[in-house]
Amino acid sequence: MTKRALSIDILGMGKRFGAFQALDDVSISVPAGSFHALLGENGAGKSTLVKCLMGFYQPDGGDILLNGKQVTIAAPREARALAIGMVYQHFTLVPSLTGAENLVMARADVPLVVDWAKETKALNDFLDRMPFRVPLDLPLSGLAAGQKQKLEILKQLYLNQRFLILDEPTSVLTPNEATEILGLLRGMTQAGDLTVLMITHKFREVTEFCDGVTVLRRGRKVGGGLVSELTTDAMAKLMIGETQVPKRAERVDHGVTPIMVDLIALYGTGDDGLPAVKELDLKVHEGEILGLAGVSGNGQVELLEILAGQRPLAEGRIFVQGKPFTPKRAEMDLMKVFSLPEEPLKNATAPRMSVAENLAFRSFDKAPLTKARWFLSGKEIRAKAEALIERYNIRTRSPETPMEALSGGNVQRAVLAREISGDVAVLVIANPCFGLDFASVADIRGQLLALRNKGTAILLISEDLDEILELSDRIAVMSEGHITYLAPAGEADRTAIGHAMAGH
Amino acid sequence: MSQDPGVWTVLLAIFAGAIRVSTPFLFVSLGECLTEKSGRVNLGLEGTLIFGAMSAYATAYTTGSPWLGVLVAGFAGLSLGVLHGLLCNLPRINDVAVGIALMLFGTGLAFFFGKPFIQPAAPRLPGIPLGDWTGNTAIASALDINPLFFVGGALAWIMAWGFKTTRWGLIVRMVGDSAAAARAMGYSLGRVRLICTALGGFLSGIGGSFLSLSYPGSWNEGLSSGQGLIAVALVIFARWNPLRCFVAALLFGGAGALGPALQSIGVSQGYYLFNAAPYILTLLIMIVSVSPKRSLKDAPSELSITR
Ligand SMILES: Nc1ncnc2c1ncn2[C@@H]1O[C@H](COP(=O)(O)OP(=O)(O)O)[C@@H](O)[C@H]1O
Ligand SMILES: [Mg+2]
Repeated sequence: MTKRALSIDILGMGKRFGAFQALDDVSISVPAGSFHALLGENGAGKSTLVKCLMGFYQPDGGDILLNGKQVTIAAPREARALAIGMVYQHFTLVPSLTGAENLVMARADVPLVVDWAKETKALNDFLDRMPFRVPLDLPLSGLAAGQKQKLEILKQLYLNQRFLILDEPTSVLTPNEATEILGLLRGMTQAGDLTVLMITHKFREVTEFCDGVTVLRRGRKVGGGLVSELTTDAMAKLMIGETQVPKRAERVDHGVTPIMVDLIALYGTGDDGLPAVKELDLKVHEGEILGLAGVSGNGQVELLEILAGQRPLAEGRIFVQGKPFTPKRAEMDLMKVFSLPEEPLKNATAPRMSVAENLAFRSFDKAPLTKARWFLSGKEIRAKAEALIERYNIRTRSPETPMEALSGGNVQRAVLAREISGDVAVLVIANPCFGLDFASVADIRGQLLALRNKGTAILLISEDLDEILELSDRIAVMSEGHITYLAPAGEADRTAIGHAMAGH
Repeated sequence: MSQDPGVWTVLLAIFAGAIRVSTPFLFVSLGECLTEKSGRVNLGLEGTLIFGAMSAYATAYTTGSPWLGVLVAGFAGLSLGVLHGLLCNLPRINDVAVGIALMLFGTGLAFFFGKPFIQPAAPRLPGIPLGDWTGNTAIASALDINPLFFVGGALAWIMAWGFKTTRWGLIVRMVGDSAAAARAMGYSLGRVRLICTALGGFLSGIGGSFLSLSYPGSWNEGLSSGQGLIAVALVIFARWNPLRCFVAALLFGGAGALGPALQSIGVSQGYYLFNAAPYILTLLIMIVSVSPKRSLKDAPSELSITR
C-alpha cells in the first residue's frame, strides 16, 4: 500500500507587508507521514508562512514542492483541491449551523437540496471510524470550545485532507483534550495517512508528539531539526535569540496575611442569559497572587466583569478588607480595587482617544487633573501621562497618539500603568500576557510580582497554566462557573489541575 | 340570553380580522426574516409596503387586473430592495441609516405617484369563499379568505424548509452568521445579501398590494399605520424563524382586529385604546424579549443591530 500522506517542501519563501519583511528566505521540509512543529514567538511570522502555503497570501518569492513536484497555490480553494487543509487560530465554523450542517457545507460539492437522511448516515459512518465523537445535531454555539476544535479537525479529515496545518490548535483545550486530539493525529501520521504541520508555543506538545521542528524568529528560520536531538532549552534559546530577559523580582515571604478579598456565593448571568458564575467562593489574602486557571468560557470573563462593575452581581456578597463592597467607581476608588480585563484594547480603553486621555481614566475627575471641580487641565493630564510613559516604558510616538496605534505589549503596559501606578489594595487581572513577546511577558510578570511583594492581593485569571504555576501563591481552578480545585502552589500538580479544568 | 350571539360575533370577527390583518404582516416579516438571516437589516420595508400598495392599486386600476397589480407591487418592492442592497454594499455604509432613508423615500414616492389614484376605485382581489356551504352569512363572510394568506403560509413553510435543507438556505445562514467562514468558503457576502434584500423587498411589495387591493382595499395616504415597522419587531419576537413569523403575524393580526371587532357589536367605548393594541403588543414584546443583560437568542451574529 502506498502512503497517502503528502510531503511538502518550502524553498526560500519570502513575504513583505509594505516595508515590513514578515518572512525572509524560509525553507522547511516536512516529509510524508511526519508531525512537524513550527515554533516561534508572537509575530515571528508562523501564521504568515502557513497562510502563504495555503494560498491566503501570495508570497513574494519561493517555491512549494508537493511530493517532490513543484506546485503553485493561488487560493485556499486550490490548496483544498490538493488535499492540504488548515485549522485556523480562530474558529471558522458557523455558530448557528449544526455540526452536520457545518461539515456538509464545508464540502466543495454541496447538493442543491440536501438529503439529510442520507447525509446523516454517511456522517455517522465517518464518525464511527474516528476515535472521538462530537454531537452533530446541535448548533455549534451550544458546544464547548474543545468540541468545536475537535469538529474543526474532524472537518479536515472528513474533507479527506492528507496534509494538515494546525495554527495553535490547543489554546482552547484542556491538557487532556489536547493530548487526546494530538494523540489521534500522531497515530494517523504514524500510519502514513496524514502529515501534520503544527504551530505551537508549548514545548510539551513538541517533545511529546512531534518528530521535527523548525524555529522562526523575526521572519527568519533560525534553527530546527529532529526533536529527539534538541532540548527544550535549546529551542527556547532559538526562539528568543539574544533578547535580554529582565531578571524577575524575588518572591518575598509574607508569612500568614489577613484576608483582603472575600467572595461569598457569587452568582452572575452570562450574555446568553444563562448562569455563568454559580455559587463561587474565593478568598484572596494580602500580598498573595491567587492564580485562577480554567478553560476559556467557564465563567472567568463574567467573574472579572462582576468584580470590575461591568456586569451586575445576581446574588452573593463581596467583602474587601472585611467591609461590604459594591463595584462602583466611588467604592473602587475608596477601597483601591483595580482591574484589568483581557484584550485591554477592546475591553479597557477607548481605542481612538489618546494615550494620555486613556491613562487619565481613573483620575481625570480628581485634582490635580480637574480644576475647580469642572475643568480638566490638559497640561496636568499630559504631565501625568509623560511620567507614566517614562516609568512604565510605554513605547508611543507621543502622549497624543491614539491608543489603537500602539502595539499589543504597549497597550498592555499602558493599561497596567493606569491601574497599578497608585496605591493598590486589590488587582483583578485576566490573561495579562496573552499574545505578547518574551520580553514584554517577563516585564509584566515582574511587575505583578513586585506588586504582590508590596502587599497587593492579586487575583490572576489566566488560561495559560504555565503562567499560573509560575506566579501564584495559591492555585484555584474554575469550571462551569464555580471553583473545582484549590491548593497552595507548592502542593498543586498538573494532573489534578487538568482534571479539575475538565470539571471532574 | 342576548349576550351569547355577541360573544360569537366578536370571536368570529376577531378570527376573520386576524387572518385579514395578518397577511401584510406575514409578507413583510418573511421578507425581513430572509434579509436579516443574511446579516442585514432593512428598516425601509414600511416604505416598500406603501410603495407596493400604491403600485398595485395603480396597476389594477389601469389594467383592470388585480393580480397583475400584485406582481407589479412585488417588482416595485424588489427594486427598492435592490437599491438598499446596492447602497449597503458600498464601504462604510450603515444599513440602518440606509433603511430609514429608503423608508422615507418609498413613502414619498408612493404619495407622489399615488395622488391621482386616491379617488377612483380599482378592482379588488377576489377571496376564496370557504364558508358558503354553511348558509350563514356571518360565517361565510368570515371564511372568505384571500388566497395571498395561504400563499404566505406556504411561503413560511417553504422558507423554514429551505433554510434547513437547501444549499441556498444554508449559504444565507452562513453569510448571516459568520462572514469569515462564508468568505473562506468563497461566497460573496455582498451578492448573497443583495439577493436576500431584493427578495425581501419583493415580499414586502406583495404585502403592500394586499393592503390596497384586499383589506382595507383602497389607496390613500393613511393606508399603512406602521405595519412595516411592526413587522421588523415581529421578526425579533419570532426569533428569525419563518414558522414563528407566521404565528406572530396571526397574533398581531388578532390584536389589530380587536378594535373593529368590538365596534361591530356596538362597543365603542375605548375604541382608540383597542385600536392601539398592536402597538402596545409590540412594546410589550420588545420589553420582554430584549434585555441589556443578555444578547438576543438565535439572532444572526453578523446583524448590525445585535452586534
Ligand atoms: N496582513 C498583514 N499586514 C501587515 N502586517 C502583517 C499582516 N499579517 C501579519 N503581519 C505582521 O507580520 C508579522 C508576523 O505575523 P504572524 O505571522 O501573524 O506572526 P505569528 O508568528 O505570531 O503567527 C507580525 O509583525 C504582523 O504584525
Ligand atoms: Mg499566529
